[in-house]
Amino acid sequence: MEYSPREMMAIAAGRFIKDGDILFAGTGVAMLAATVAKRIHAPRAHIFFETGGIGPTLEELPMAVADPRVMAFSNLNAGLVEAFSYVANRRLHTIAFLGAAQVDKYGNMNSTVIGDYHAPKVRFSGSGGACDAGSLASGYIVFMQHGVQKFVEKLDYLTTPGWLTGGDSRKRAGYRRGGPIAVVTNLCVLKFDDTTHEMYLAERYEGVTPEQVQANTGFALDVSRSSVAEPPNAEELRILRDDVDPQRLILD
Amino acid sequence: MAEHNGLDGKLMTIGEAVERFVRDGCQIAVGGFTITRNPMAAVYEIARRRIKDLHLVAHSNGQALDVLVGAGCVSRLDIAYGGNGRFAPTCIRFRKAVERGELLVEDYTNNMMSLRFLAGALGVPFIPSKSGLGTDLIAQEGFPAELRGSDGVPSKKVIVIDDPFGNEDDEVVLLPALTPDVSIIHAQQVSTDGTVRIKGLTFADLEQCKAASAVVVTCEEIVPESYLRLDPDQNALPPFLVDAVVTVPYGAHPTACRYFYDYDPAHLNHYKAVAKDDETWAAYLDEWVYGVESWDAYLDKVGGAQLARIRSNTVAGYALGLDRR
Repeated sequence: MEYSPREMMAIAAGRFIKDGDILFAGTGVAMLAATVAKRIHAPRAHIFFETGGIGPTLEELPMAVADPRVMAFSNLNAGLVEAFSYVANRRLHTIAFLGAAQVDKYGNMNSTVIGDYHAPKVRFSGSGGACDAGSLASGYIVFMQHGVQKFVEKLDYLTTPGWLTGGDSRKRAGYRRGGPIAVVTNLCVLKFDDTTHEMYLAERYEGVTPEQVQANTGFALDVSRSSVAEPPNAEELRILRDDVDPQRLILD
Repeated sequence: MAEHNGLDGKLMTIGEAVERFVRDGCQIAVGGFTITRNPMAAVYEIARRRIKDLHLVAHSNGQALDVLVGAGCVSRLDIAYGGNGRFAPTCIRFRKAVERGELLVEDYTNNMMSLRFLAGALGVPFIPSKSGLGTDLIAQEGFPAELRGSDGVPSKKVIVIDDPFGNEDDEVVLLPALTPDVSIIHAQQVSTDGTVRIKGLTFADLEQCKAASAVVVTCEEIVPESYLRLDPDQNALPPFLVDAVVTVPYGAHPTACRYFYDYDPAHLNHYKAVAKDDETWAAYLDEWVYGVESWDAYLDKVGGAQLARIRSNTVAGYALGLDRR
Protein backbone atom coordinates (compact mmCIF):
# COMPACT_ATOMS: atom_id res chain seq x y z
CA MET A 1 0.00 0.00 0.00
CA GLU A 2 1.31 3.45 -0.98
CA TYR A 3 1.84 6.05 1.73
CA SER A 4 3.70 9.35 2.06
CA PRO A 5 6.61 10.13 4.41
CA ARG A 6 4.36 12.55 6.33
CA GLU A 7 1.75 9.83 6.87
CA MET A 8 4.48 7.48 8.10
CA MET A 9 5.77 10.19 10.48
CA ALA A 10 2.37 10.76 12.07
CA ILE A 11 1.83 7.03 12.57
CA ALA A 12 5.40 6.26 13.75
CA ALA A 13 5.14 8.97 16.40
CA GLY A 14 1.71 7.81 17.50
CA ARG A 15 3.18 4.38 18.34
CA PHE A 16 5.20 5.88 21.21
CA ILE A 17 2.03 6.85 23.05
CA LYS A 18 0.68 4.66 25.82
CA ASP A 19 -2.95 4.55 26.79
CA GLY A 20 -3.54 7.06 29.57
CA ASP A 21 -0.66 9.38 28.60
CA ILE A 22 -1.35 13.11 28.71
CA LEU A 23 -0.39 14.61 25.34
CA PHE A 24 0.80 18.16 24.76
CA ALA A 25 0.43 18.99 21.08
CA GLY A 26 2.13 21.76 19.13
CA THR A 27 1.24 22.94 15.60
CA GLY A 28 1.46 21.02 12.31
CA VAL A 29 2.54 17.37 12.08
CA ALA A 30 2.69 17.35 15.88
CA MET A 31 -1.04 18.03 15.97
CA LEU A 32 -1.65 15.27 13.43
CA ALA A 33 0.40 12.76 15.43
CA ALA A 34 -1.38 13.51 18.70
CA THR A 35 -4.75 13.11 16.99
CA VAL A 36 -3.64 9.88 15.29
CA ALA A 37 -2.31 8.52 18.57
CA LYS A 38 -5.65 9.08 20.26
CA ARG A 39 -7.75 7.69 17.39
CA ILE A 40 -5.55 4.64 16.71
CA HIS A 41 -3.00 3.73 19.38
CA ALA A 42 -4.17 5.14 22.68
CA PRO A 43 -7.89 5.93 22.86
CA ARG A 44 -7.64 6.68 26.59
CA ALA A 45 -4.84 9.23 26.10
CA HIS A 46 -5.81 12.83 26.77
CA ILE A 47 -4.79 15.67 24.45
CA PHE A 48 -4.31 19.20 25.68
CA PHE A 49 -2.89 22.43 24.33
CA GLU A 50 -0.66 25.07 25.93
CA THR A 51 -3.37 27.64 25.17
CA GLY A 52 -5.64 26.00 27.75
CA GLY A 53 -7.80 23.63 25.67
CA ILE A 54 -8.05 20.44 27.74
CA GLY A 55 -9.38 17.23 26.18
CA PRO A 56 -11.21 18.47 23.06
CA THR A 57 -12.82 15.83 20.81
CA LEU A 58 -10.97 17.25 17.74
CA GLU A 59 -13.70 16.36 15.28
CA GLU A 60 -12.01 18.80 12.91
CA LEU A 61 -8.23 19.26 12.79
CA PRO A 62 -7.00 22.53 14.37
CA MET A 63 -4.75 24.81 12.28
CA ALA A 64 -3.14 26.34 15.40
CA VAL A 65 -3.12 25.65 19.12
CA ALA A 66 -5.54 28.57 19.57
CA ASP A 67 -7.97 27.31 16.90
CA PRO A 68 -11.60 27.33 18.16
CA ARG A 69 -11.53 23.60 17.32
CA VAL A 70 -9.37 22.99 20.44
CA MET A 71 -12.18 24.58 22.52
CA ALA A 72 -15.10 22.58 21.13
CA PHE A 73 -16.66 19.84 23.27
CA SER A 74 -13.54 19.77 25.48
CA ASN A 75 -13.31 18.65 29.10
CA LEU A 76 -12.70 22.25 29.99
CA ASN A 77 -11.35 25.48 28.58
CA ALA A 78 -8.76 27.46 30.53
CA GLY A 79 -5.70 29.61 29.87
CA LEU A 80 -1.91 29.40 29.63
CA VAL A 81 -1.06 29.40 33.34
CA GLU A 82 -3.46 26.52 33.91
CA ALA A 83 -2.19 24.60 30.87
CA PHE A 84 1.42 24.80 32.10
CA SER A 85 0.30 23.52 35.48
CA TYR A 86 -0.62 20.31 33.63
CA VAL A 87 2.64 20.25 31.61
CA ALA A 88 4.65 20.50 34.84
CA ASN A 89 2.36 18.48 37.07
CA ARG A 90 4.30 15.84 38.99
CA ARG A 91 1.34 13.41 39.05
CA LEU A 92 0.91 13.34 35.28
CA HIS A 93 2.93 11.54 32.61
CA THR A 94 2.93 14.29 29.98
CA ILE A 95 4.41 13.75 26.53
CA ALA A 96 4.90 16.70 24.18
CA PHE A 97 5.00 16.67 20.37
CA LEU A 98 7.31 19.40 19.06
CA GLY A 99 8.92 20.63 15.85
CA ALA A 100 11.97 22.86 15.32
CA ALA A 101 14.38 24.32 12.75
CA GLN A 102 17.48 22.54 14.07
CA VAL A 103 18.24 19.63 16.40
CA ASP A 104 21.60 18.42 17.73
CA LYS A 105 22.78 14.94 18.75
CA TYR A 106 21.44 15.39 22.30
CA GLY A 107 17.98 16.40 21.08
CA ASN A 108 18.38 20.06 22.02
CA MET A 109 16.41 22.22 19.58
CA ASN A 110 16.49 25.62 17.93
CA SER A 111 13.30 27.38 16.86
CA THR A 112 14.59 30.95 17.22
CA VAL A 113 17.27 32.07 14.70
CA ILE A 114 19.81 31.02 12.08
CA GLY A 115 22.98 33.07 12.37
CA ASP A 116 23.89 35.53 15.10
CA TYR A 117 21.09 36.09 17.63
CA HIS A 118 21.56 39.87 17.50
CA ALA A 119 21.71 40.06 13.69
CA PRO A 120 20.01 36.88 12.49
CA LYS A 121 20.15 35.66 8.93
CA VAL A 122 16.80 33.94 9.44
CA ARG A 123 14.35 34.61 12.24
CA PHE A 124 11.89 31.88 13.26
CA SER A 125 8.86 32.03 15.53
CA GLY A 126 10.75 31.53 18.82
CA SER A 127 10.01 29.15 21.66
CA GLY A 128 6.29 29.52 22.13
CA GLY A 129 5.70 26.70 24.60
CA ALA A 130 8.44 24.42 23.18
CA CYS A 131 11.12 25.35 25.74
CA ASP A 132 8.52 24.96 28.50
CA ALA A 133 7.51 21.48 27.31
CA GLY A 134 11.21 20.53 26.98
CA SER A 135 11.82 21.81 30.50
CA LEU A 136 8.74 20.61 32.34
CA ALA A 137 7.05 17.64 30.61
CA SER A 138 7.86 13.95 31.27
CA GLY A 139 9.31 13.68 27.77
CA TYR A 140 8.97 14.89 24.22
CA ILE A 141 8.94 13.59 20.65
CA VAL A 142 10.44 15.73 17.88
CA PHE A 143 9.31 16.03 14.26
CA MET A 144 11.87 17.08 11.67
CA GLN A 145 12.49 16.89 7.94
CA HIS A 146 15.81 15.06 7.66
CA GLY A 147 18.71 17.14 6.27
CA VAL A 148 22.21 18.33 7.14
CA GLN A 149 20.93 21.90 7.63
CA LYS A 150 18.59 20.63 10.34
CA PHE A 151 20.60 17.89 12.07
CA VAL A 152 23.59 19.96 13.12
CA GLU A 153 26.71 19.56 15.27
CA LYS A 154 26.06 22.92 16.95
CA LEU A 155 22.77 24.80 17.19
CA ASP A 156 22.72 28.48 16.23
CA TYR A 157 20.53 29.06 19.33
CA LEU A 158 19.44 26.60 22.00
CA THR A 159 15.69 27.17 22.47
CA THR A 160 14.46 23.86 23.90
CA PRO A 161 16.54 21.85 26.39
CA GLY A 162 17.07 18.20 25.45
CA TRP A 163 19.79 16.07 27.01
CA LEU A 164 21.99 19.28 26.99
CA THR A 165 25.58 17.96 26.79
CA GLY A 166 24.61 14.31 27.39
CA GLY A 167 25.20 11.99 30.34
CA ASP A 168 23.57 13.41 33.47
CA SER A 169 23.95 17.08 32.40
CA ARG A 170 20.19 17.58 32.21
CA LYS A 171 19.76 16.57 35.84
CA ARG A 172 22.73 18.72 36.89
CA ALA A 173 21.18 21.76 35.17
CA GLY A 174 18.25 21.52 37.59
CA TYR A 175 15.65 19.55 35.66
CA ARG A 176 13.68 16.98 37.61
CA ARG A 177 12.45 14.91 34.68
CA GLY A 178 11.85 14.95 30.95
CA GLY A 179 14.07 15.06 27.90
CA PRO A 180 13.67 13.89 24.29
CA ILE A 181 12.41 10.34 23.74
CA ALA A 182 12.65 10.15 19.95
CA VAL A 183 13.08 12.17 16.77
CA VAL A 184 10.69 11.20 13.97
CA THR A 185 11.71 12.28 10.45
CA ASN A 186 10.64 11.66 6.87
CA LEU A 187 13.32 8.90 6.71
CA CYS A 188 13.48 7.25 10.10
CA VAL A 189 12.97 7.15 13.86
CA LEU A 190 15.95 8.12 16.04
CA LYS A 191 16.27 7.41 19.76
CA PHE A 192 18.74 8.33 22.52
CA ASP A 193 21.26 6.04 24.25
CA ASP A 194 20.25 5.34 27.86
CA THR A 195 23.67 6.34 29.27
CA THR A 196 25.33 8.86 26.93
CA HIS A 197 21.99 10.27 25.69
CA GLU A 198 23.46 10.53 22.20
CA MET A 199 21.09 10.10 19.26
CA TYR A 200 21.15 6.80 17.33
CA LEU A 201 19.23 5.36 14.38
CA ALA A 202 16.51 3.05 15.74
CA GLU A 203 14.15 2.38 12.82
CA ARG A 204 14.43 3.30 9.16
CA TYR A 205 11.40 3.37 6.91
CA GLU A 206 10.97 0.84 4.08
CA GLY A 207 13.47 1.51 1.28
CA VAL A 208 15.68 3.84 3.37
CA THR A 209 19.33 2.79 3.98
CA PRO A 210 21.46 3.62 7.05
CA GLU A 211 23.90 5.36 4.67
CA GLN A 212 21.11 7.62 3.43
CA VAL A 213 20.22 8.60 7.01
CA GLN A 214 23.88 9.35 7.85
CA ALA A 215 24.30 11.38 4.64
CA ASN A 216 21.40 13.59 5.72
CA THR A 217 22.71 14.03 9.27
CA GLY A 218 25.27 16.75 10.07
CA PHE A 219 26.97 14.74 12.84
CA ALA A 220 28.26 11.17 13.22
CA LEU A 221 25.34 8.89 13.98
CA ASP A 222 25.38 5.35 15.40
CA VAL A 223 23.45 3.39 12.74
CA SER A 224 24.48 -0.08 13.99
CA ARG A 225 21.32 -0.72 16.01
CA SER A 226 18.68 -0.06 13.36
CA SER A 227 15.86 -2.17 12.03
CA VAL A 228 13.17 -1.53 9.41
CA ALA A 229 10.03 0.20 10.73
CA GLU A 230 6.72 -1.54 10.37
CA PRO A 231 4.81 0.26 7.61
CA PRO A 232 1.38 1.73 8.34
CA ASN A 233 -1.47 -0.71 7.78
CA ALA A 234 -4.60 -0.05 5.75
CA GLU A 235 -6.74 0.75 8.77
CA GLU A 236 -4.23 3.27 10.16
CA LEU A 237 -4.07 5.01 6.79
CA ARG A 238 -7.85 5.03 6.44
CA ILE A 239 -8.29 6.71 9.83
CA LEU A 240 -5.54 9.23 9.10
CA ARG A 241 -6.89 10.15 5.64
CA ASP A 242 -10.64 9.90 6.08
CA ASP A 243 -11.19 10.86 9.72
CA VAL A 244 -8.24 12.94 10.92
CA ASP A 245 -7.32 15.15 7.96
CA PRO A 246 -9.86 14.79 5.13
CA GLN A 247 -9.06 18.30 3.79
CA ARG A 248 -5.32 17.37 3.82
CA LEU A 249 -4.59 20.57 5.73
CA ILE A 250 -1.40 19.13 7.20
CA LEU A 251 -0.86 15.91 5.21
CA ASP A 252 0.02 17.87 2.04
CA MET B 1 -30.24 48.61 28.59
CA ALA B 2 -30.17 51.30 25.94
CA GLU B 3 -28.55 53.85 28.24
CA HIS B 4 -25.75 51.62 29.56
CA ASN B 5 -25.93 53.57 32.82
CA GLY B 6 -23.43 51.41 34.65
CA LEU B 7 -20.73 52.04 32.08
CA ASP B 8 -20.17 55.54 33.54
CA GLY B 9 -18.68 57.12 30.46
CA LYS B 10 -16.54 54.05 29.66
CA LEU B 11 -18.47 53.36 26.46
CA MET B 12 -16.61 54.95 23.55
CA THR B 13 -15.61 54.56 19.93
CA ILE B 14 -12.43 52.73 18.98
CA GLY B 15 -10.94 56.09 17.95
CA GLU B 16 -11.65 57.59 21.36
CA ALA B 17 -10.25 54.55 23.19
CA VAL B 18 -6.99 54.51 21.24
CA GLU B 19 -6.63 58.31 21.46
CA ARG B 20 -7.01 58.15 25.22
CA PHE B 21 -5.01 55.05 26.15
CA VAL B 22 -2.37 54.36 23.46
CA ARG B 23 0.48 56.84 23.08
CA ASP B 24 3.80 56.85 21.26
CA GLY B 25 6.34 54.87 23.27
CA CYS B 26 3.92 53.21 25.66
CA GLN B 27 4.05 49.58 26.75
CA ILE B 28 1.09 47.64 25.41
CA ALA B 29 -0.27 44.09 25.75
CA VAL B 30 -2.88 42.73 23.35
CA GLY B 31 -5.18 39.79 23.97
CA GLY B 32 -5.79 36.59 22.04
CA PHE B 33 -3.41 33.99 20.64
CA THR B 34 -2.32 33.44 16.98
CA ILE B 35 -5.60 33.12 15.03
CA THR B 36 -8.12 33.67 17.82
CA ARG B 37 -9.58 36.76 19.51
CA ASN B 38 -6.89 39.29 18.55
CA PRO B 39 -8.32 42.82 19.05
CA MET B 40 -7.88 43.64 15.35
CA ALA B 41 -10.21 46.65 15.13
CA ALA B 42 -8.05 48.30 17.83
CA VAL B 43 -4.86 47.20 16.07
CA TYR B 44 -6.01 48.75 12.78
CA GLU B 45 -6.89 51.99 14.61
CA ILE B 46 -3.43 52.12 16.22
CA ALA B 47 -1.86 51.62 12.78
CA ARG B 48 -4.14 54.24 11.18
CA ARG B 49 -3.07 56.78 13.79
CA ARG B 50 0.57 55.99 12.97
CA ILE B 51 1.43 55.45 16.62
CA LYS B 52 5.17 54.82 16.99
CA ASP B 53 7.75 53.18 19.24
CA LEU B 54 5.36 50.89 21.07
CA HIS B 55 6.89 48.34 23.43
CA LEU B 56 4.69 45.33 22.71
CA VAL B 57 4.70 42.63 25.38
CA ALA B 58 3.27 39.41 23.98
CA HIS B 59 3.21 35.66 24.35
CA SER B 60 1.90 34.46 20.97
CA ASN B 61 -0.32 37.18 19.53
CA GLY B 62 0.09 36.22 15.88
CA GLN B 63 -2.03 38.43 13.64
CA ALA B 64 -2.14 41.52 15.91
CA LEU B 65 1.61 41.34 16.41
CA ASP B 66 2.34 41.02 12.69
CA VAL B 67 0.12 43.95 11.64
CA LEU B 68 1.47 46.23 14.41
CA VAL B 69 5.07 45.32 13.50
CA GLY B 70 4.39 45.52 9.76
CA ALA B 71 2.82 48.95 10.09
CA GLY B 72 5.95 50.21 11.87
CA CYS B 73 4.23 50.85 15.22
CA VAL B 74 6.57 48.69 17.35
CA SER B 75 10.23 49.29 18.24
CA ARG B 76 10.61 46.91 21.20
CA LEU B 77 9.11 43.49 21.61
CA ASP B 78 9.03 40.96 24.44
CA ILE B 79 7.81 37.79 22.82
CA ALA B 80 7.43 34.01 23.14
CA TYR B 81 6.22 33.14 19.65
CA GLY B 82 5.85 35.12 16.42
CA GLY B 83 3.83 32.68 14.35
CA ASN B 84 0.29 32.19 13.09
CA GLY B 85 -0.24 28.43 13.08
CA ARG B 86 -0.43 26.86 9.62
CA PHE B 87 -1.04 30.26 8.02
CA ALA B 88 2.46 31.51 8.90
CA PRO B 89 4.88 29.23 10.80
CA THR B 90 6.81 32.46 11.39
CA CYS B 91 4.86 35.75 11.17
CA ILE B 92 5.98 37.30 7.91
CA ARG B 93 6.37 41.02 8.69
CA PHE B 94 7.80 40.16 12.12
CA ARG B 95 10.46 38.00 10.46
CA LYS B 96 11.40 40.73 7.98
CA ALA B 97 11.59 43.42 10.67
CA VAL B 98 13.92 41.31 12.84
CA GLU B 99 16.14 40.27 9.92
CA ARG B 100 16.42 43.95 8.88
CA GLY B 101 17.31 45.04 12.40
CA GLU B 102 14.24 47.28 12.68
CA LEU B 103 13.05 45.75 15.92
CA LEU B 104 14.62 44.98 19.29
CA VAL B 105 13.46 41.58 20.50
CA GLU B 106 13.64 39.93 23.91
CA ASP B 107 12.77 36.23 23.68
CA TYR B 108 10.90 34.47 26.45
CA THR B 109 8.55 31.45 26.44
CA ASN B 110 4.76 31.19 26.72
CA ASN B 111 5.03 29.97 30.30
CA MET B 112 7.48 32.78 31.15
CA MET B 113 5.35 35.54 29.59
CA SER B 114 2.16 34.30 31.28
CA LEU B 115 3.97 34.18 34.62
CA ARG B 116 5.39 37.69 34.09
CA PHE B 117 1.85 39.03 33.61
CA LEU B 118 0.67 37.04 36.63
CA ALA B 119 3.47 38.58 38.73
CA GLY B 120 2.42 42.06 37.57
CA ALA B 121 -1.18 41.28 38.52
CA LEU B 122 -0.18 40.05 41.98
CA GLY B 123 2.08 43.02 42.67
CA VAL B 124 5.23 40.95 43.14
CA PRO B 125 8.44 42.15 41.43
CA PHE B 126 9.44 38.74 40.07
CA ILE B 127 8.28 35.15 39.87
CA PRO B 128 10.26 31.88 39.70
CA SER B 129 10.05 29.24 36.99
CA LYS B 130 11.75 25.98 36.03
CA SER B 131 11.66 26.74 32.29
CA GLY B 132 14.77 27.36 30.18
CA LEU B 133 17.67 26.29 32.46
CA GLY B 134 20.77 25.69 30.33
CA THR B 135 19.27 27.30 27.19
CA ASP B 136 20.05 30.48 25.23
CA LEU B 137 16.78 31.97 26.48
CA ILE B 138 18.66 32.39 29.76
CA ALA B 139 22.17 33.01 28.34
CA GLN B 140 21.34 35.63 25.66
CA GLU B 141 19.86 39.09 26.29
CA GLY B 142 18.14 40.74 23.33
CA PHE B 143 17.82 44.32 24.62
CA PRO B 144 21.06 46.35 24.86
CA ALA B 145 22.44 47.38 28.26
CA GLU B 146 21.64 51.10 27.75
CA LEU B 147 17.90 50.35 27.58
CA ARG B 148 17.87 48.47 30.85
CA GLY B 149 16.53 49.65 34.15
CA SER B 150 14.07 52.28 32.89
CA ASP B 151 10.97 52.67 30.72
CA GLY B 152 9.49 49.36 31.80
CA VAL B 153 12.61 47.42 30.74
CA PRO B 154 13.91 45.33 33.67
CA SER B 155 17.56 45.64 34.74
CA LYS B 156 18.14 42.04 33.69
CA LYS B 157 16.25 39.67 31.41
CA VAL B 158 16.23 36.88 34.01
CA ILE B 159 18.25 35.89 37.08
CA VAL B 160 19.08 32.25 37.90
CA ILE B 161 19.48 31.36 41.60
CA ASP B 162 19.60 28.24 43.76
CA ASP B 163 16.29 27.43 45.41
CA PRO B 164 16.52 29.77 48.44
CA PHE B 165 14.64 27.23 50.56
CA GLY B 166 17.61 24.92 50.03
CA ASN B 167 15.52 21.78 49.77
CA GLU B 168 17.86 20.31 47.19
CA ASP B 169 20.56 21.40 44.79
CA ASP B 170 18.01 23.01 42.54
CA GLU B 171 18.21 26.11 40.34
CA VAL B 172 15.26 28.37 39.49
CA VAL B 173 14.83 31.14 36.92
CA LEU B 174 13.54 34.47 38.28
CA LEU B 175 11.41 36.38 35.78
CA PRO B 176 10.74 40.13 36.08
CA ALA B 177 7.06 41.16 36.44
CA LEU B 178 5.28 43.01 33.63
CA THR B 179 3.01 46.00 34.24
CA PRO B 180 1.99 47.32 30.80
CA ASP B 181 0.59 50.84 30.40
CA VAL B 182 -2.44 49.41 28.65
CA SER B 183 -3.93 46.02 27.85
CA ILE B 184 -6.39 45.71 24.96
CA ILE B 185 -8.52 42.57 24.57
CA HIS B 186 -11.48 41.49 22.45
CA ALA B 187 -14.32 39.71 24.28
CA GLN B 188 -17.63 38.22 23.21
CA GLN B 189 -19.78 40.14 25.68
CA VAL B 190 -19.64 43.06 28.08
CA SER B 191 -22.61 43.82 30.30
CA THR B 192 -24.21 47.22 30.83
CA ASP B 193 -22.29 47.47 34.12
CA GLY B 194 -18.93 46.63 32.49
CA THR B 195 -18.53 42.97 33.46
CA VAL B 196 -16.63 41.02 30.79
CA ARG B 197 -17.49 37.54 29.49
CA ILE B 198 -14.99 35.61 27.36
CA LYS B 199 -16.11 32.37 25.75
CA GLY B 200 -13.53 29.67 25.10
CA LEU B 201 -9.89 29.89 26.03
CA THR B 202 -8.80 33.00 27.94
CA PHE B 203 -5.06 32.54 27.07
CA ALA B 204 -3.29 35.13 29.29
CA ASP B 205 -5.90 37.86 28.72
CA LEU B 206 -6.99 37.95 32.35
CA GLU B 207 -3.44 38.19 33.75
CA GLN B 208 -2.63 40.87 31.14
CA CYS B 209 -5.62 42.97 32.14
CA LYS B 210 -4.97 42.60 35.86
CA ALA B 211 -1.31 43.63 35.38
CA ALA B 212 -2.00 46.71 33.21
CA SER B 213 -2.48 50.35 34.24
CA ALA B 214 -5.47 50.65 31.90
CA VAL B 215 -7.78 48.13 30.23
CA VAL B 216 -9.61 48.55 26.91
CA VAL B 217 -12.17 45.88 26.03
CA THR B 218 -13.61 45.67 22.53
CA CYS B 219 -16.60 43.34 22.27
CA GLU B 220 -19.06 41.70 19.94
CA GLU B 221 -22.05 42.92 21.90
CA ILE B 222 -23.22 44.66 25.05
CA VAL B 223 -25.78 42.66 27.01
CA PRO B 224 -27.96 43.48 30.02
CA GLU B 225 -26.22 43.29 33.38
CA SER B 226 -28.97 40.95 34.63
CA TYR B 227 -28.01 38.42 31.93
CA LEU B 228 -24.34 38.12 32.97
CA ARG B 229 -25.45 37.98 36.63
CA LEU B 230 -27.54 34.86 35.88
CA ASP B 231 -24.37 32.78 35.47
CA PRO B 232 -21.45 34.62 37.06
CA ASP B 233 -19.31 31.45 36.87
CA GLN B 234 -18.90 32.25 33.17
CA ASN B 235 -17.58 35.79 33.67
CA ALA B 236 -13.96 36.79 33.21
CA LEU B 237 -13.32 40.33 34.52
CA PRO B 238 -15.15 42.62 36.96
CA PRO B 239 -16.35 46.11 35.96
CA PHE B 240 -13.84 47.93 38.17
CA LEU B 241 -10.86 46.76 36.07
CA VAL B 242 -12.29 48.03 32.79
CA ASP B 243 -11.55 51.58 31.59
CA ALA B 244 -13.01 51.58 28.09
CA VAL B 245 -15.65 49.47 26.35
CA VAL B 246 -16.04 49.53 22.57
CA THR B 247 -18.69 47.62 20.61
CA VAL B 248 -17.14 46.28 17.40
CA PRO B 249 -18.98 43.36 15.75
CA TYR B 250 -16.45 41.08 14.03
CA GLY B 251 -13.80 43.12 15.83
CA ALA B 252 -11.33 40.20 15.85
CA HIS B 253 -11.54 39.54 12.09
CA PRO B 254 -9.62 37.84 10.41
CA THR B 255 -9.00 35.94 13.68
CA ALA B 256 -11.72 33.85 15.32
CA CYS B 257 -14.17 34.67 18.10
CA ARG B 258 -15.72 31.49 19.52
CA TYR B 259 -19.50 31.23 19.15
CA PHE B 260 -19.54 34.28 16.86
CA TYR B 261 -17.23 33.51 13.90
CA ASP B 262 -14.29 31.40 12.82
CA TYR B 263 -10.98 32.71 11.51
CA ASP B 264 -11.17 33.80 7.88
CA PRO B 265 -8.98 31.39 5.86
CA ALA B 266 -9.45 33.39 2.64
CA HIS B 267 -8.23 36.60 4.27
CA LEU B 268 -5.35 34.90 6.11
CA ASN B 269 -4.20 33.18 2.89
CA HIS B 270 -4.39 36.51 1.05
CA TYR B 271 -2.41 38.10 3.89
CA LYS B 272 0.23 35.37 3.66
CA ALA B 273 0.64 36.05 -0.06
CA VAL B 274 0.85 39.87 0.11
CA ALA B 275 2.89 40.18 3.33
CA LYS B 276 5.90 38.54 1.64
CA ASP B 277 6.63 41.51 -0.60
CA ASP B 278 7.12 45.12 0.54
CA GLU B 279 5.08 46.62 -2.31
CA THR B 280 2.09 44.31 -2.01
CA TRP B 281 2.28 44.71 1.77
CA ALA B 282 2.12 48.51 1.47
CA ALA B 283 -0.86 48.10 -0.86
CA TYR B 284 -2.55 45.79 1.70
CA LEU B 285 -2.14 48.40 4.44
CA ASP B 286 -3.56 51.09 2.13
CA GLU B 287 -6.47 48.89 1.16
CA TRP B 288 -7.40 47.29 4.49
CA VAL B 289 -6.11 49.71 7.14
CA TYR B 290 -5.27 53.30 6.10
CA GLY B 291 -7.88 53.59 3.36
CA VAL B 292 -10.80 52.17 5.35
CA GLU B 293 -12.87 55.04 6.69
CA SER B 294 -15.02 53.12 9.19
CA TRP B 295 -15.56 49.66 10.63
CA ASP B 296 -18.73 49.39 8.52
CA ALA B 297 -16.59 50.00 5.44
CA TYR B 298 -14.16 47.28 6.59
CA LEU B 299 -16.98 44.74 6.98
CA ASP B 300 -18.39 45.71 3.58
CA LYS B 301 -14.97 44.98 2.10
CA VAL B 302 -14.89 41.52 3.71
CA GLY B 303 -18.38 40.99 2.26
CA GLY B 304 -21.63 39.61 3.58
CA ALA B 305 -21.22 36.21 1.94
CA GLN B 306 -17.77 35.67 3.48
CA LEU B 307 -18.97 36.79 6.92
CA ALA B 308 -21.80 34.26 6.58
CA ARG B 309 -19.35 31.49 5.61
CA ILE B 310 -17.22 32.02 8.73
CA ARG B 311 -20.20 32.44 11.07
CA SER B 312 -19.93 29.98 13.96
CA ASN B 313 -22.16 27.00 14.33
CA THR B 314 -24.25 27.75 17.42
CA VAL B 315 -23.44 24.42 19.07
CA ALA B 316 -19.80 23.81 18.06
CA GLY B 317 -18.70 27.45 18.38
CA TYR B 318 -16.83 27.42 15.04
CA ALA B 319 -17.84 27.16 11.36
CA LEU B 320 -18.35 23.41 10.86
CA GLY B 321 -16.88 22.15 7.60
CA LEU B 322 -15.42 25.55 6.65
CA ASP B 323 -13.07 25.22 3.68
CA ARG B 324 -9.75 26.07 5.33
CA ARG B 325 -7.33 25.20 2.47
